[in-house]
Amino acid sequence: MATVLETNMEYFLQQLINGLTLGGLYALIALGYTMVYGVIQLINFAHGEFFAAGGYVGVILLGFFTGLGYMETHPILCLGGAFILTMAYCAFLAVGVEKVAYKPLRKQSRLAALLSALGMSIFLSNGLMLTQGVFDKPYPGEYFEGGFEYGAITVSYLQIMILAMTIVLLIVLNILVFKTRMGMAMRATAQDKTMAALVAIGSNKIISYTFAIGAGLAGAAGIMVGLYYGSVRYDMGFVPGIKAFAAAVLGGIGNITGAMLGGLIIGMVEIFGAGYISGQYKDVFAFIILIAVLYFKPTGIMGQNIDDTRV
Amino acid sequence: MIQEFKKIWKGYALGMLWLLGLLWPLLGIHPDGTLSFEKTLTVWLYIFVGTAICLFLYLLNKSGALELVTDPVATFRKNVLGLSKQMPSWVWLVVVLVLALLFPVFTTRYAQDVAVNVLIYICLGLGLNIVVGLAGMLDLGYIAFYGIGAYSYALLNIHYGLSFWVCLPLAAFMSCIAGCIIGYPTLRMRGDYLAIVTLAFGEIVRLILNNWMTLTNGPNGILGIKVPGIFYPSFFNGFSMEHLWLKKLHYLYYVALMLAIVTIISVYRLNYSRIGRAWESIREDETAAELMGVNTFLLKLLAYAMGAVFAGLAGAFFASRMRFVSPESFTFLESAMVLCMVVLVGMGSIPGIILGAAALIVLPELFRGFELYRMLAFGAAMVVMMLFRPSGLIPAKRVGTRSEEREN
Repeated sequence: MATVLETNMEYFLQQLINGLTLGGLYALIALGYTMVYGVIQLINFAHGEFFAAGGYVGVILLGFFTGLGYMETHPILCLGGAFILTMAYCAFLAVGVEKVAYKPLRKQSRLAALLSALGMSIFLSNGLMLTQGVFDKPYPGEYFEGGFEYGAITVSYLQIMILAMTIVLLIVLNILVFKTRMGMAMRATAQDKTMAALVAIGSNKIISYTFAIGAGLAGAAGIMVGLYYGSVRYDMGFVPGIKAFAAAVLGGIGNITGAMLGGLIIGMVEIFGAGYISGQYKDVFAFIILIAVLYFKPTGIMGQNIDDTRV
Repeated sequence: MIQEFKKIWKGYALGMLWLLGLLWPLLGIHPDGTLSFEKTLTVWLYIFVGTAICLFLYLLNKSGALELVTDPVATFRKNVLGLSKQMPSWVWLVVVLVLALLFPVFTTRYAQDVAVNVLIYICLGLGLNIVVGLAGMLDLGYIAFYGIGAYSYALLNIHYGLSFWVCLPLAAFMSCIAGCIIGYPTLRMRGDYLAIVTLAFGEIVRLILNNWMTLTNGPNGILGIKVPGIFYPSFFNGFSMEHLWLKKLHYLYYVALMLAIVTIISVYRLNYSRIGRAWESIREDETAAELMGVNTFLLKLLAYAMGAVFAGLAGAFFASRMRFVSPESFTFLESAMVLCMVVLVGMGSIPGIILGAAALIVLPELFRGFELYRMLAFGAAMVVMMLFRPSGLIPAKRVGTRSEEREN
């Protein structure tokens, strides 16, 4: 009996660790949705594609470093470089996408902007397919193998890296948003665009900045997902994109802390649902949570305090 | 004018540089540790030349330099439109109907196949138009009802041997029930939340179809669905009723045409009915509509259910035509496609949706050689369309005139 309980406990802990890892990744993607929505009230459908682009650029850069031979000598440095370059690439992509597809539509109806975002998402994912091929692209994973083992629980180095990276990125984001002048300007724009403009905060600059930060986080999540699952695919942005949006809504859209919390909850629900109920329906659980939250509490968990933490 | 053009070209140049920056890491960095520029530059130059020509023509047209060409075209168009206005509308209807009826006589199998597709999408587009165009609720999971209709017919036919004509209303009924079930919790939401919840429902339906192995056979789909059959009177050897399976494509074309005509007539009638006006009032201002005594909740639910009914009909026909259903056919991309048909050409107008369905099905067929680039062009067209004509090519006309218009 005791052993059964113990294995149950171990199983539970293992799922908890897996759930934390996945939840952190969802939180990173959800932040982009929630920040963009907070500033221009648009569901940025192309955000999932920023994430996929991040995964691809990551694998290209890591492959390039492997080809040069630096990967064997300085793996940490290469990984860090790949992260920074990928985040920069995604930020560059997102700022351009915003200028091309969303900025001219700011005065038009919400539907027009939403459809433009949808078109952009289809365009980007097919652009990725055309340049990178339809098949899965494998990640060079041999440098990050292994992990700690406590009985039946395994924590891989990759999971530790992902968790650490996620925490670092979230802390950096919090500093950016809550401690810098730019972050203050962002929060002001999110609260009241006209008033912010009156005190000389240029909304165009702020919107670009928001897109860049959100896409940078999504790009980092893209590399981590690639490393974690071992490969990337051109259409991998769609389902995580919706789930991350669900996380953003769950936490209360526009709220940064809420998006982090929502991401963790969605990740946990998915892993525990898959582990204890049914692996086939793991995607369904996230959607059911989304619908239930919107039905019973449309403002989300932290949607009420829209005064200070809103971006 | 010059200033404005300068601004446009400057923006365009910046955009092209941005594109170059985006393309290079994807095409120019190789896993063997080398960098290359040729491929990136070639791809980029193709895009650059193509878009530059388009932009140049657009600007020429805007500045009036193309009046030599556009003026005669415009006058010609005006004349034709004037002529068409003089003729009573029933003449046009008869001409279109006769052409549609005679279509299989003059065309090949391939053209008929495309035409059947267009007709199915006309049903879907008009059904979605009730939800999006009339009631003003953005639905991104509409294809789920199409899937439910298709699977209803497939399962009833395979397990109970029910015929197409019995299953057609049953499939519509099942879709309608699904519409009510999905509609009931979602209709409290507005705008973006509604969009995302319908998207989630669409995905849930697809995932269930994909994973419920015992019922739907999962991703393998259901094979061996029967085509529709009809009884016809035969006077050979005395009087008897003979049965005929409508296996030939042109028979199926007529079934599809019938469905499409039924849909067009019902949507037209709904459009100009009391219910249709109530839907439009909800779309324009939900609070005001409720104040005027419109039961908004019930009518929104009705819009959802009506939309689902037409999708269910189309779905049942789709299953019978393909004789095979699988969850692959009911992805989010299909929802986006139908939504585009409704929105791109002209939201809410019936001819606009028919044109939209025809354009979105026929154009990719014409460019079959570029099949890889099909969805890329589709996405780009969506963005460009929204940038230049945010309310569609042919915006819908309102029913009746508004008081301020009448005064002029």
